[in-house]
Amino acid sequence: MKVVVDTGNHIAALAAKLAKPDVVAAYPITPQTTIVEKIAEYVAKGEFSGDYICVESEHSAMSACIGASAAGARTFTATSAHGLLLMHEMLHWAALARLPIVMVNVNRAIGPGWTIWSDQNDSMAQRDTGWIQIYCSSNQEIFDSIIQAFKLAEHKDVQLPVMVCYDGFILSHTSMPVKVPEQKEIDDFLPKREPAWVLDPENPVTHGNIIMPKDYPSIRKAMQDAQENAKKLIPEIAKEWKERFGTYHGDLIEKYRCEDADYIILSYAALGAESKVAIDMLRKEGKKVGLARLRTFRPFPSEDILSLAENADLIVIDRSISIGFEGPLFTEVKSCLYEKSDARVYGFIAGLGGKDVRYTDIGKIVDRVIERKQDGVLWYDMEGGK
Amino acid sequence: MGEEPSLIEICFHGRGGQGAVTAANLLVNAALRDGNKGVQAFPFFGAERRGAPVRAFARISDEDINLRSEIYNPDIVVVLDEGIMKTIDVLKGLKEGGCIVINSPKRPDDFPFSDKYTVATVDATGIAIRNELLVGGIPVVNAPILGAIPKVLDRVTLESIRDAIMERWSGELGKKNAKAAEEAYNETEVKR
Repeated sequence: MKVVVDTGNHIAALAAKLAKPDVVAAYPITPQTTIVEKIAEYVAKGEFSGDYICVESEHSAMSACIGASAAGARTFTATSAHGLLLMHEMLHWAALARLPIVMVNVNRAIGPGWTIWSDQNDSMAQRDTGWIQIYCSSNQEIFDSIIQAFKLAEHKDVQLPVMVCYDGFILSHTSMPVKVPEQKEIDDFLPKREPAWVLDPENPVTHGNIIMPKDYPSIRKAMQDAQENAKKLIPEIAKEWKERFGTYHGDLIEKYRCEDADYIILSYAALGAESKVAIDMLRKEGKKVGLARLRTFRPFPSEDILSLAENADLIVIDRSISIGFEGPLFTEVKSCLYEKSDARVYGFIAGLGGKDVRYTDIGKIVDRVIERKQDGVLWYDMEGGK
Repeated sequence: MGEEPSLIEICFHGRGGQGAVTAANLLVNAALRDGNKGVQAFPFFGAERRGAPVRAFARISDEDINLRSEIYNPDIVVVLDEGIMKTIDVLKGLKEGGCIVINSPKRPDDFPFSDKYTVATVDATGIAIRNELLVGGIPVVNAPILGAIPKVLDRVTLESIRDAIMERWSGELGKKNAKAAEEAYNETEVKR
């Protein structure tokens, strides 16, 4: 196994290539652009055997992926922010049609005011589309998660699309070392897709035709069951990967120094990694703080959250905001605990629009909780310095 | 530097087109070859324009790096364009006892801050021109400036920098860049 040092986006493109998709259809958008540039380079050099479709928009990108996936192809795309929002209708379609498309979303904040920097409002807004969402905190996790995502999406008990998310610039444009297995080893881990059904002129079937009200609930229930199945399969696939390749990033959540913690920080992606540095600092100060970095948003790791709350209060840091209410993770965490736990939950909004969040900021957030200065949701970006 | 802390943070200042981002990437590639387990390189997060001041960053550590925030207090500052120091305070945030590497034909003593910080100078532009490292007529100084870094940072060797350069640019171009790095290494003056 070789170690390469490269940016999150180039690592994503490499993972996509090694997964051998039959079709990639994508449209460039900052900060995702260097993924599709790299894949185009692979195509130009003859290193990519699948079809690469240049499309005129993200709506078309997802539409092309849907068509290809329905014809039995392994399918990959990537986008960010406004591109993801333009896909929204087709995201629902892909999930309801039970098509195992894998997509990278490089998290970027939404404009106007025009922004290219990171936050998670773009993917959080796709919560109800039926897609599985996985969030990464390092380039190694990006690589591993993309290949694992194909295995998860295509599993007969799942058959749902998977979105692999990571922070724009903070990971997409940062070089880190990544262990890369040989193509043969990836092929063994991820055999060719075996579709449950295909669109085939020789053997015609209809799909997506009108469905009467008495039957429609069953297709929604089947998707819900598939998400529940994914909850069990994500740890199994992560375990198999670890046994084969040695790297592991947690199951639905990654725990760090939680054993004796009085407070546990809950967050996603790069904020989760930075939180580890904060926790080491706080522990030196005698404060018992741990981290649960969530790797999935859908399926939501509700059982894990409940178990964390048995002995600790929870501090949620959202890098997104559901305008008119609060941080989306804050909402989900509290709903898991309703009538089942007495743990207190504190909500913070931090890092919107790429605002840098340092471990010292996370330390200040925890201190506010410990000193009981926190009430309701705090906009740390705007108040944290005071 | 003498006793190096586990985590070294480096800030590169240059102009768009000079190769600051590539320099940061090559440096961490070399650092990994030298057995540093954790490395990171990243540009300033934003739009880049040719000729405008740009920044790039590198982290080198014995352990996996969990930091994902920007660098505010570098151990080492690398200046690819001396002229930039007229408009940008490149010393901002530099750690006490830190080090500054400057692409300049001057000597370390010529810089008034050399009594406060370790200063290393090398005429990377001259070396780039001498070795025909030009893109669109503009000297690309990233390879020669990297040659100066092993002089002030023990945990990265010239050999690994050469290897990283040869991996990045194959054939003659790689050899020219590697030679420039080696010449810069030999010509770097350091005042501690």
